[in-house]
Amino acid sequence: MDSKTISRRDILKGTGALIVSFSFFGSVSNALGQSAGLSEDGLDPTALDSWIAVAQDGGVTVFSGKVELGTGVVTALAQIVAEELDVPFEKVHMDVGDTSKTIDQGVTAASRTVERGGPQLRQASAAARQELLKLASERLDAPTDKLMVTDGVVSVVDNPARKISYGNLLGGKRFNVKIVASGNGWDMKVAPGIPAKNPKDYKIVGKSIPRIDLPEKFTGEFVYSQDVRVPGMLHGRVVRQPTVVSKPSNVDESSISKIPGVVKIVREGSFVGVVAETEWAAIQAARELKVTWSTPSRKLPSGPDEVFNYLRDTKSYKDNIPVNRGNVDSGFSQASKKFEATYRWPFQLHGLMGPSCAVADVRGDKATIWTGTQGPFRTRDAVAKMLGIPPGNIHLMYREGSGSYGRLECDDVAEDAALMSRSVGKPVRVQWMREDEHAWDPKGPSQYTTIRAGVDAQGKLTAWDFMDRSFPWTAAEGNALIASNQIGLRPTNQGFPNGASGGGQIYAIDNQKVVAALIPWVQQDEWPLRTSNLRAPGDLARVFASESFLDEIASSLGTDPVQFRLNYLNGDKRPTEVLTAAAKKSGWVDRPSPAPASGGQKAAGRGVAVANRSNTIIAAVAEVEVDKSTGQVAVRRITLAHDCGLIVNPDGLKNQIEGNILQGVSRALMEEVLFDETGVKNLDWSSYPVVSYEQIPEVEIVLIDRPEAPALGGGEAAIVPITAAIGNAIFDAVGARLRQAPFTPERVLGAMKA
Amino acid sequence: MARIPLNVNGKARVVNAEPATPLLYVLRDTLELHGPRFGCGLGQCGACTVLMDGKAVRSCTLPVTSAQNRNIMTLEGLGSVAHPHPIQTAFIEEQAAQCGYCMNGMILGAKALLDKNSHPTVAEIKHSLNNYICRCGSHLRVIRAIQRAASAKA
Repeated sequence: MDSKTISRRDILKGTGALIVSFSFFGSVSNALGQSAGLSEDGLDPTALDSWIAVAQDGGVTVFSGKVELGTGVVTALAQIVAEELDVPFEKVHMDVGDTSKTIDQGVTAASRTVERGGPQLRQASAAARQELLKLASERLDAPTDKLMVTDGVVSVVDNPARKISYGNLLGGKRFNVKIVASGNGWDMKVAPGIPAKNPKDYKIVGKSIPRIDLPEKFTGEFVYSQDVRVPGMLHGRVVRQPTVVSKPSNVDESSISKIPGVVKIVREGSFVGVVAETEWAAIQAARELKVTWSTPSRKLPSGPDEVFNYLRDTKSYKDNIPVNRGNVDSGFSQASKKFEATYRWPFQLHGLMGPSCAVADVRGDKATIWTGTQGPFRTRDAVAKMLGIPPGNIHLMYREGSGSYGRLECDDVAEDAALMSRSVGKPVRVQWMREDEHAWDPKGPSQYTTIRAGVDAQGKLTAWDFMDRSFPWTAAEGNALIASNQIGLRPTNQGFPNGASGGGQIYAIDNQKVVAALIPWVQQDEWPLRTSNLRAPGDLARVFASESFLDEIASSLGTDPVQFRLNYLNGDKRPTEVLTAAAKKSGWVDRPSPAPASGGQKAAGRGVAVANRSNTIIAAVAEVEVDKSTGQVAVRRITLAHDCGLIVNPDGLKNQIEGNILQGVSRALMEEVLFDETGVKNLDWSSYPVVSYEQIPEVEIVLIDRPEAPALGGGEAAIVPITAAIGNAIFDAVGARLRQAPFTPERVLGAMKA
Repeated sequence: MARIPLNVNGKARVVNAEPATPLLYVLRDTLELHGPRFGCGLGQCGACTVLMDGKAVRSCTLPVTSAQNRNIMTLEGLGSVAHPHPIQTAFIEEQAAQCGYCMNGMILGAKALLDKNSHPTVAEIKHSLNNYICRCGSHLRVIRAIQRAASAKA
């Protein structure tokens, strides 16, 4: 039990009086009789103290439900707070992702943290500053409009010798002040009425402040989820096959009796795990345990082709239609030339460097969990449901995993650890092995996209009919994850939709229909083709299709690809500026594709793509070199222009953009999940390679800063145009059109021969 | 179980471990050194890298007995936040990481490279690190950090 945590909860609940009897794990709202406005765990978003604390030394602690996934976003949030409070950046400490301390601001995902979490913390900070000024006004005997704040010190404008620091004003005491807060999670509006600083006056936001977490990451001192150690902790490993889950018909305990330090074989439903005193004993036990698995109730598909056919032929259960403008049929009747193409996108892995890891300590109907979930409250609730205990009885503390890219929204390992801890009555650390992570990663869904378009005799697009057929995220929010499923809980819904942007709606085409159709996917059995949100979910595949298709049309009409796009952006300011900036920076020369044929074994080409993801606009130019005899594609350079509104941390943003680009090159050239009826086949890095040092391109970035606009997301926009830009560049180089990702040498050669 | 003497970060240590235990788990669990990281357990990614007599080795596939009588350096032995090694300083200055999980390998790999070749070309850096995996895509910054470290020593 953490006494520091208890006192913090006392502060939050109390009216100032000492809390005499308080159960850390008890239901707080019942204990106090307060119900209005309190969230389930008693953290009240209308209490300013729920968000911010000021210590005597002037240190500011911010309690943030948003967590750091490795993107640097928590540094950006700290900048926003420091700016609004007028304190030095170094004085801000971010306390994140603790279900007993932080408000549920919704999961950290979808590149919405700066966009939604930013204003929430900014407004809470503005409210805190306002309170501090009120206190200072009394102490300094001056009206608030005659006060200024510099570096956490309030002074009288006309007499700066009269001053007092935040630390001396509040110094460890509570604000005890209510603010306005309404709505939940992402939609929570915090203190909306309080005026915030004018961006023109920003001194900290907009600067490339170094990330607060990096030094420890370079010295081994940082505590990842994999590094959590608690006294008395045992080591667990899951025993799972890379195929459809089935019940074990026999578990031969004697097969591991000679391994010293084995504590228990955990069996519950179809869940099998081993717990041991040492990590190596657990690893060996999981490997050597002889399990006879019963025949699963279904098989995996025979391969990707069967999946694509299934996507093509199966009726959708829901169609999202973000655009249906004009009448595509009449548009086609005006067309003198018609185009049609189908694009295929594979299952892909998130591919975390460090496989999933969590520590759970379950004692009776209470639990403590340390894990790398993107949604601490969501995971807490999922584990509570699985264990059959009240969510308020679980204290979950975020410990950063290794990247996420969406994977840790489905925090499987927290459930595994909870189940095993409950079984042995001790804290258990469960570390997934590499093959567990590769096999059971809730994958980016496969997608099948068909586009038809019509062009009239003047070369104008008169019809655009885009249909993306995709699986939903079957492992998404609320649905039972692996361990829950193995002990008998079942999914409650089809899954979460895979988005609907990137289908060409960025362009002004008179008769335009964009449909994102959701195709039902297996829910009844836990299997490794489970799906979830993988960085820029759905958009990467849709933009691959729409931007390749547009390029095919431009080529057919003999029009330069950038000019063709500009025509249909129709003067829309932001995408026009972004596309123009990327083209200019890359030295784009106006000419149609493909490039004139070159002699020699290697051919060079360039390609462009532009996209809008959640209102962040991006355009990329790819320059490639294709080896015509092997089909190998080398990406020489990516030039990318990026408009995400107000930029909080320019270098932090560039860091994210570079990562997006390199990950995008990897997914475009080499990543696909391979499987047949017997199981997932790529279970390590040699069978699922990712881009290496000798394969990376040079990168040029153009940042477009719009400080007059809200700050929008930068965590996953830049990956969106990469596949299409590379595919278009390959076409430019060798006149061969790739309609299936990834662009392996075999596929490139195949396209060249077609 | 056996008593196995090791020399880690300049200190003589004795551990009790099954002889076949990979060095990685002994370092992380027995000696509480979390610099070397578990990435794959297969020697494929480099997250577990330690320097053994100055050479970069993958501790996840090295039985602890093979480390006897050798000088082992983990990331902690290179430097700390309070007293960073110049290579670590260069990485901080270049902000050369995203999630940071692979950085143990990158930094010790960089040390091994710079100890042999104090002014590597970009091609040499890429070749030397080609078998170290970074999933976030921090490769370009790592290269710049190594170049910065190299020129700082000039």
